[in-house]
Amino acid sequence: MTSLPLSTDKRLGLAIDLDTCVGCHACAVSCKEWNSGGSGTPLADVGAYGAAPSGAWLNRVHTFEITPPVGAAEIVHFPKSCLHCDDAPCVTVCPTGASYKRGEDGIVLVDEALCIGCGLCAWACPYGAREMDPVEKVMKKCTLCVDRIYNQTIPEIDRVPACVRACPTGARHFGDFADPDSSVSKLSAARGGLALMPDLGTGPVNRYLPPRDTRRTQTATVDPPPPAETSATGFLGWLDAALERLG
Amino acid sequence: MHPAISVIFFTVTSGAGFGAMTVIGLGFPLDGSRLRILILCLAACGLAVAGLIASTFHLGHPERAWRALSQWRSSWLSREGVAAIATLVLFFAYGLIWMTTGTRLAWLGALSATGAVFTVFATSMIYAQLKTVPQWNTGLTPAIYLGFSAATGWLVVAGLGDAEAPAPAGLALVVFAWVLKLAWWRQSARARLSDIGASPETATGLGFRGRVRLLESPHTGDNYLTREMVHRIGRKHAGTLRRLALLLGCVLPLGLLAAIVVLDAPSAFMLGPAGVMMAGLFLERWLFFAEAEHTVSLYYGHR
Repeated sequence: MTSLPLSTDKRLGLAIDLDTCVGCHACAVSCKEWNSGGSGTPLADVGAYGAAPSGAWLNRVHTFEITPPVGAAEIVHFPKSCLHCDDAPCVTVCPTGASYKRGEDGIVLVDEALCIGCGLCAWACPYGAREMDPVEKVMKKCTLCVDRIYNQTIPEIDRVPACVRACPTGARHFGDFADPDSSVSKLSAARGGLALMPDLGTGPVNRYLPPRDTRRTQTATVDPPPPAETSATGFLGWLDAALERLG
Repeated sequence: MHPAISVIFFTVTSGAGFGAMTVIGLGFPLDGSRLRILILCLAACGLAVAGLIASTFHLGHPERAWRALSQWRSSWLSREGVAAIATLVLFFAYGLIWMTTGTRLAWLGALSATGAVFTVFATSMIYAQLKTVPQWNTGLTPAIYLGFSAATGWLVVAGLGDAEAPAPAGLALVVFAWVLKLAWWRQSARARLSDIGASPETATGLGFRGRVRLLESPHTGDNYLTREMVHRIGRKHAGTLRRLALLLGCVLPLGLLAAIVVLDAPSAFMLGPAGVMMAGLFLERWLFFAEAEHTVSLYYGHR
């Protein structure tokens, strides 16, 4: 049923720390790896070793340059995946019932056997979280690794989304945003977690923790004093003098 | 947005087909030999069905298309499918009764006309409901779909009919549809992402730190999202294509209609303006998609 649940018991999602993300793409790669071997059909590529490789990814890392009014620009790596919206427009537009939002934990999923591949859900998503599989011709999206987080057959430490497990800097946090005492809720509150394009009324669950303000220290190091003239000694000193003579 | 040929063909052709059903159902004057009724009903249903079949060509799994009839409670695409089939059944019954008994059941005609109008409305709402494409997210979108559907439907019925067609009504429908479209173009020029204050700053939420610019795409190549929603081909020629759409879709049909009235030409000549107008609408519909800006483009360097 593509009508949304009135409310969900949990609101599982990610808090993504833009301050610690180094843009290594490990989250995107591990996502691709897990979802190519998981319960659904593989997350396909076309011409992966050809001239124009293309494929479906559920997580993509964009890199932005932010230029403040004063001071040096900063680089922010911005991993983007499904935000598991409370009022997910991708679900209600689905004509077949393939898209649905789970009442128990709020995860937005696609039943691949019902999907006709019309692509309307991807048009309805403001964030570009859904991509058509080029081989299976069905819509793919982040499942929040629903086949990991409840999986009793894997070690407890692995029962988090693959992207969270893979992140080498701990920039990705997984938890329940419905619980104000959860680690992600507290982290988001402490760091002023951002919801993406909230004015579109989608009610995204995921939060982006903005970079910490380090501009004061940055401006202090933007123009370092020129290094003092030092005269080289030894071999370098001889080389310096020899080159000087050559003109 | 990517202008898929199948979807352009579908919206224009089905629009004309359901428009024709509306016009016939509402009692367009026809003397009605059996053959004439058969031709008319076949043309109306044929256009509608051809469009519907074309629309399945852009599906990843056309063999599962029947599943799209299930979610009418929430989905405009599903409502459109249900309404299209219900309308075709109603109109088929209307035509069959008319052909066999010679009586036009006014109530059944009105019912199929209502169904046809709702079907076109549902088609337009597939686009008008999307907040992600501000240029489409307006009440004028259903208005232009309904206006063009009525105008092309009228021209098709007038061309295939045997009675003297009331040409001023046709002229008025074509003019009215294009007045709505001009209003839509005006509105869409003011509803681009930059006009409504959407930018990479608002998309990332990082505007409070400075001006945001895409430095590096996630991947060096394109992807489904960029092909489908960051489409920019043709915007360069948008002005020329608009003029061409206006010429074919409006000026020529009006000129031909006026000539038919002045020369007192047989009504079959109405098929001329019908064909030319639909050609113009293919261009209009192509622009409807190609010029539309989607919020996801803000993450891919669009400003």
